Amino acid sequence: MNNTGYHVAPAQGFWLFVLILVPMVIAALWSAHQMDTAGHAITGMNNQVVWGLPHVFAVFLILCASGALNPASLSTVFGRTRYAPIARLSGVFAICLLVGGLVVLVLDLGRPDRLQVAITTYNFRSIFAWNVFGYTGFIVIVGVYLACSMDNAPRGAVKTAGYVAFAWRILLTSGTGAIFGVLVAREGYDAAILVPLFVATSFALGTAIFLIGLVLSFRWNGQVPDPEVLTKLGRLLAIFVLVVLCLVAVQTLTSLYGGRERGVVEFLLFSGGVYPVLFWLGQVGLGSILPLMLLYSRRARGCASILTASVLVMVGGLCQLYVLIIGGQVYPLRIFPGYRSSSSFFDGVVADYAPTLWEVLLGVGGVAMAVLLCLVAMRTLPLLPRALPLKPGTLVRDP
Amino acid sequence: MAAGDTSTLPRRELLGRASALAGLVVSFAPGMRLIDLAAAKPDGEAASAEVRWGMLVDTTRCVSGCDACVNACATEHGLEMTDRPEIDAQWIRKVDLIDEDSGKEISLPVMCQHCEDAPCVAVCPTGASFRREDGIVLVNQHTCIGCRYCMMACPYKARSFIHINLTGQRTHSPRGKGTVESCTFCVHRVDRDREPACVEACTAAGHQALLFGDLSDNEGELAQRLGEVQTQQLRSDLGTNPGVHYHGL
Amino acid sequence: MGSVWRLLPLIMLTGVLPWSVIADEPIFPRARGERCVEPVGVMRRAHFEFLNHQGQQTVERGIRIGRHSLAGCVGCHAARDQNADWVPVSAPGQFCDSCHSYAAVRIDCFSCHRAVPEADRAMGN
Ligand code: HEC
Ligand code: HEC
Ligand code: HEC
Repeated sequence: MNNTGYHVAPAQGFWLFVLILVPMVIAALWSAHQMDTAGHAITGMNNQVVWGLPHVFAVFLILCASGALNPASLSTVFGRTRYAPIARLSGVFAICLLVGGLVVLVLDLGRPDRLQVAITTYNFRSIFAWNVFGYTGFIVIVGVYLACSMDNAPRGAVKTAGYVAFAWRILLTSGTGAIFGVLVAREGYDAAILVPLFVATSFALGTAIFLIGLVLSFRWNGQVPDPEVLTKLGRLLAIFVLVVLCLVAVQTLTSLYGGRERGVVEFLLFSGGVYPVLFWLGQVGLGSILPLMLLYSRRARGCASILTASVLVMVGGLCQLYVLIIGGQVYPLRIFPGYRSSSSFFDGVVADYAPTLWEVLLGVGGVAMAVLLCLVAMRTLPLLPRALPLKPGTLVRDP
Repeated sequence: MAAGDTSTLPRRELLGRASALAGLVVSFAPGMRLIDLAAAKPDGEAASAEVRWGMLVDTTRCVSGCDACVNACATEHGLEMTDRPEIDAQWIRKVDLIDEDSGKEISLPVMCQHCEDAPCVAVCPTGASFRREDGIVLVNQHTCIGCRYCMMACPYKARSFIHINLTGQRTHSPRGKGTVESCTFCVHRVDRDREPACVEACTAAGHQALLFGDLSDNEGELAQRLGEVQTQQLRSDLGTNPGVHYHGL
Repeated sequence: MGSVWRLLPLIMLTGVLPWSVIADEPIFPRARGERCVEPVGVMRRAHFEFLNHQGQQTVERGIRIGRHSLAGCVGCHAARDQNADWVPVSAPGQFCDSCHSYAAVRIDCFSCHRAVPEADRAMGN
């Protein structure tokens, strides 16, 4: 074992977290059980909005997962040795987040008891089926990468695994974007830009969640991460947030000026009630502009502001996915262009959706499960690099 | 296979002990059954690709406010409405249209369009959404996992998810919580040479706005009518080639 | 010989107690019709394979005149209660449930399939 530079997280504090997280996970399972016995009627989902809050969380976690692999990729694929000590953490975060997301996805199925069918029968035309491969493959490949790096495998093996993992995660997020991108009938989704947008979003979200995880897990050990790494990742985060913002702008402008999807964009940006609020306030304001200011302003360039920015980016990401996934569904389908339509089945009207507590419990429980898995991994595997001790009395040390 | 069967026998023999008497009584039966089975005719016929079932909706004959087709469907398949319309299953619905330019009003039913290149079939991860040889698009409810991706993909909003526990289903139309369903063109009738319930009801109501038939049978009434009148498929720009055609749009 | 003596109390009890209490073995109402669609031994052993096959044939290919129709099972195996109302075949103690709860098998078929014959099509399709 080439683990001399690493150690297992201390027991201190561990059980406290377990005590907080386990009930959240149980609440999620309980909620899923309720949905399974009573039916989805107890959720806010209906025949108009068929994917609700659980999907927002699931997609969020999946995007976070592939993005959390960034530091590992930086180290192995792009040769930035500075990130090498935290590459393991990066891989473990990635796997745990993905598992959390998948659990939410599965528990929201109408027939979770038929999971076996989902795993054994595939329709190879379905982008969704390919995603199932993508997810399992991701876990396996990142697992191999971790095993290689922990088991003192030859450098070449670690490098190869790192390359494959990087390529795979790009495919994975492209696939997640394509899940929505192929829905040609829904004006809110029919855009090739969704694939690069999802990739960029995953870079931003993953970097943000990794930063949070990094600072907190080091802090748990009474250490601080390499300040240089923090600053660099902070800068990367800013770039990713900017890229996402640009892609959103491009998508919006192309639709507003002549695109077929004009109606839905106007709806999501201006007239759609809660969705414009989430878009402008959540996604753009809190999730992009404010973090960018925190990350770029001279005065606020400390570690605390990097952490704050990361949290804000996560909030913005959730808003972004909510607007995309839910907003894209509440906007009515245009089955009869040139006509105004009405029916008993909500044709031509904006659908209602308000998540219920069950969905919140399930979604948040998925995040809790991801965090819990990370903690357990850190408590059992030598993942944390030995680093600078923390100055007493500070949450984080400024780089 | 055989070995597996024998190895599990004792347990089932045990199960059977309780009805040993019944078993004795019929111990002659097996041989007799086998003989008359050998003489029996083959187990029905499979749906054939020579046929493509389709429909013509003549909106000029469809009457606004008439729900005969919708009600017939609900009765046929045991669809019951709850006090929450947003989660009710609707396999066929009446849509009222107003032309944005001319103000012309049109009323028509919308149901599964039984597309040739059906988006629901393409996206279904397990292959539960499928297109039968004869063009009828169905959900195989035995393999549907309830992911609802097909509902996201359907351009016609033709599918419903079952949000509640159901009771009182009809024998010929099993339906249940946690799966997706949609108009089946009444396969259980079509397979027995009967028309879908909605078509029958529309005719019985005297409107004759719905015509069901084989699109690939050039001599058939449906193909003939399609040749005579101007028709349109919904969202034909998507290239799904629905089996349902509309006249008067 | 000894075993018979040991069984004697049991045999005597049978007249007094319902079967299920003594043997705890599956007891179910007698089916209608003369015989099952397959020999009883075969049926016990393989009914779920028949059902799966038939289900597949019907759903995927539209073949509707096989012997192993689930609606058929219900048509013959559902019983009536004292008020002559149908009892679901899947209800506790009824035909499909009897063996299954004994063997700890769980089936979901009747969350969708009608578990009692329907008035106008008593024998199903
Ligand atoms: C989610 C709902 C659902 C569940 C659960 C379900 N089925 Fe079905 N089943 C259907 C539908 C829908 C059909 C198609 C009916 C048709 O096309 O006429 C069908 C048809 C069948 C048929 C052919 C029709 C008949 O009555 O013979 C069989 C056999 C069958 N199912 C067996 C089963 C068995 C066995 C189970 C339990 C292991 C089961 N099904 C569970 C929905 C369901
Ligand atoms: C025509 C009526 C009829 C139909 C249809 C029918 N059964 Fe039966 N079944 C019977 C009768 C009567 C018996 C009692 C044994 C006998 O006499 O064959 C029986 C016995 C059985 C048994 C053995 C019970 C024991 O004694 O241990 C099983 C299992 C069974 N049936 C299952 C099924 C299933 C599953 C189906 C549907 C595929 C089905 N049956 C359809 C009439 C029917
Ligand atoms: C004689 C006892 C008996 C009766 C009566 C009976 N079953 Fe079964 N059934 C079994 C046993 C035992 C199994 C488990 C077989 C195994 O897993 O090897 C089983 C399994 C099944 C399965 C497969 C379950 C699974 O997923 O493993 C289905 C479906 C099924 N039965 C349907 C029925 C239906 C429908 C009826 C009523 C019409 C019925 N059975 C009546 C004994 C019975």
